[in-house]
Amino acid sequence: MSKKTQDIWSYAPAPESSKVVQIKEKYDLYIDGKFVKPSSGKYFKSFNPADEKEICSIAYGNEKDVDLAVKAARKAYNTVWSKLSSAERGKYIFRIARMMQERSRELAVAESIDSGKTIRESRDIDIPLACNHFFYYAGWADKLEEAFPGRKPKSLGVAGQIIPWNFPLLMAAWKIAPALATGNTVVIKPAETTSLTMMILAEIIHEAGLPAGVFNVVSGYGDTGAAIVNHPDVNKIAFTGSTAVGKIIQKALAGTDKKLTLELGGKSANIVFDDAPIDQAVEGIVNGIFFNQGHVCCAGSRLFVQENIAEKVIEKLKFRMASLIVGDPLDKNTDIGAINSKEQFETIQKYLKIGKDEGSEMYQSPCKLPKKGNYMAPTLFMNVAQSNIIAQEEIFGPVLTIQTFRTIDEVIQKANNSPFGLAAGVWSDKGSKVFNVTSQLRAGVVWANTYNKFDPAAPFGGYKESGFGREGGLHGLIPYLKFD
Amino acid sequence: MGRLEVLKTYKIYIGGAFPRTESGRTYPLHGKKGDLLANICLSSRKDVRNAVVAARKAFGGWSEKTAFNRGQILYRIAEMMEGRKAQLMEELVAMGFTKVAAEKEVLLSIDRCIYYAGWCDKYQAVVSSVNPVASAHFNFTVAEPTGVVAIIADEKTGLLGLVSLLLPILAGGNTAVVLASQSLAMSSITLAEIIHSSDVPGGVVNILTGDLNELAETFSTHMDINALALSRSTDLKKKIAENCTVNVKRFFSYDKNWADASAQGLHFISDFQEYKTTWHPIEKIGGAGGGY
Repeated sequence: MSKKTQDIWSYAPAPESSKVVQIKEKYDLYIDGKFVKPSSGKYFKSFNPADEKEICSIAYGNEKDVDLAVKAARKAYNTVWSKLSSAERGKYIFRIARMMQERSRELAVAESIDSGKTIRESRDIDIPLACNHFFYYAGWADKLEEAFPGRKPKSLGVAGQIIPWNFPLLMAAWKIAPALATGNTVVIKPAETTSLTMMILAEIIHEAGLPAGVFNVVSGYGDTGAAIVNHPDVNKIAFTGSTAVGKIIQKALAGTDKKLTLELGGKSANIVFDDAPIDQAVEGIVNGIFFNQGHVCCAGSRLFVQENIAEKVIEKLKFRMASLIVGDPLDKNTDIGAINSKEQFETIQKYLKIGKDEGSEMYQSPCKLPKKGNYMAPTLFMNVAQSNIIAQEEIFGPVLTIQTFRTIDEVIQKANNSPFGLAAGVWSDKGSKVFNVTSQLRAGVVWANTYNKFDPAAPFGGYKESGFGREGGLHGLIPYLKFD
Repeated sequence: MGRLEVLKTYKIYIGGAFPRTESGRTYPLHGKKGDLLANICLSSRKDVRNAVVAARKAFGGWSEKTAFNRGQILYRIAEMMEGRKAQLMEELVAMGFTKVAAEKEVLLSIDRCIYYAGWCDKYQAVVSSVNPVASAHFNFTVAEPTGVVAIIADEKTGLLGLVSLLLPILAGGNTAVVLASQSLAMSSITLAEIIHSSDVPGGVVNILTGDLNELAETFSTHMDINALALSRSTDLKKKIAENCTVNVKRFFSYDKNWADASAQGLHFISDFQEYKTTWHPIEKIGGAGGGY
């Protein structure tokens, strides 16, 4: 097969206009219903990873700002939010969902500019799902008694939430919506490289008229997050990020009464059996690892192909990869955008070197990369051993390791032989085999004959060192409630 | 001269066998009058590690048993306890309980076994969900056991506290490594004998006796224990919770009066469950509008 699909299928540039979003020079903290300057007076710069240009300045919140935000959240909890009827509470959240939908195009463009993800994904996945999350949880607000009959669910108080950089607005929605619906107030911190959509969301929530102090944003770096985690008047911490930081947070909360949800790293297995629909499986492999530049905690980063079809699958995979367009995130034809930051780009390069040093065979699709910006070609590693570092550690980039297997027992052993347990994929047209494998995989999300699907109604979260607690669905209410 | 009583050697329970601690150490347990009741095994770190290996090995088989079968086996534990009521009460009395308190504890423990035996094939229907996703997928969430669970039993009860944690953990398909009450250790070893004769596969339950101060570190830092349930007031609580982070171990602390009616419930099962969401496409070709 030809590797020159890009030459056959050439596309004219189709950039989405960035005029729809008016990015301010400077974004302040949002505390107690007001946009306020950080007490230190410090701001940090946010860059567009696609062209490395400065986008705006973001307020750098410190311990004092966090304290003000927690105090505002506590006051709002005691005086307003916990006193409000649950139906009225729900109506506020519905209103936020609608106002986000109205400004979804603007949010999508801002998200792509700030994070490097393609407009196709921010427009069709991140932003609609974020809106839908608010819409979904809004409806739960006045039905909690029915969700947990006989258990008298009660809100916790102030929820501290720390958001990762890979799905900035979507992960914020996953945390804010259930927290508000269950009657808690929120102090939230966006990731330092991707604060922009959170700042716009604060404007939307402000315009929605949510009572002052119910929702507070304190942007900043790790020390800002640590101040939220360690604040004595926070009742719950929800964190999405790396397993290493997750462990630090779990340790910091040990011996306290704070509730905790951790959504951490993964090294998810994507398993293709010889009776799978091969072309669909190849699409699923591509979507599993190259979605969002591979910056996905549940990425299908370990491919297991049954030995007798490995050659064919890899050939088709390479062919399909050749048609992936890497480039301008705002171009509607782009499949893979920019790596989120220089640091992450370097981390991925480090793993590529490790992979080659370990003796694995590296393949990168022959695509054209823009001259400027953090871009990299989608990458495969073949001849990978179970013990190789690239098959064990989370790379968080568009890098797939490929291993083969002969029997079901063997692949289940290999797939489960990881400290992580976030997600997995299974490809086979035989229903009984699918259910055997999906039930034996030790992972919190299992996609059968599909991959990387998300929905507000579907609980998401990990086994083992991928964390605990669920986000989404009825189960996503539990971490924000206490019971008699 | 009456007949000389035959005394029992109290051993620990690992992988369906009753070895002595590999360390060869014991500690004496005395009655009210200072009489020696038994030399109890002072388990070592190596015993903990051996027990975890046994529990991990047993996990696959136990978690894959049908829920109905697990219910039958837990019910069998209650049957066996009922038959050995007198012995269980006698041991509690020897360790300092009044007759009334001993009887109450044993009967409540048996009833609690029945309670959780009944949950085995029911909790899944209560905690699972079918999720109406906005795409052509069948999407459902089920509970699955967390894995190998460590139980640090309380020091106030000889039997009831242990049963109240062990049974929901087993009902949910987990396997367990127990550190029994140190001061009331005899009952837990007799419970091990009861479990051993109740069709519970070897390794599903492992019961050690010993000193928490010595073993807390091993339990809490062990990389192959998935969750730890502490039901003892100890200065080590914070340290144990901190250590649990090495492998993101689920940590639960229960400060309960196990005789309370509220000390049993579905959440003692669901605390030791993980939720798995499964997606599968629905092929929407044909059949549309083919209703009645």
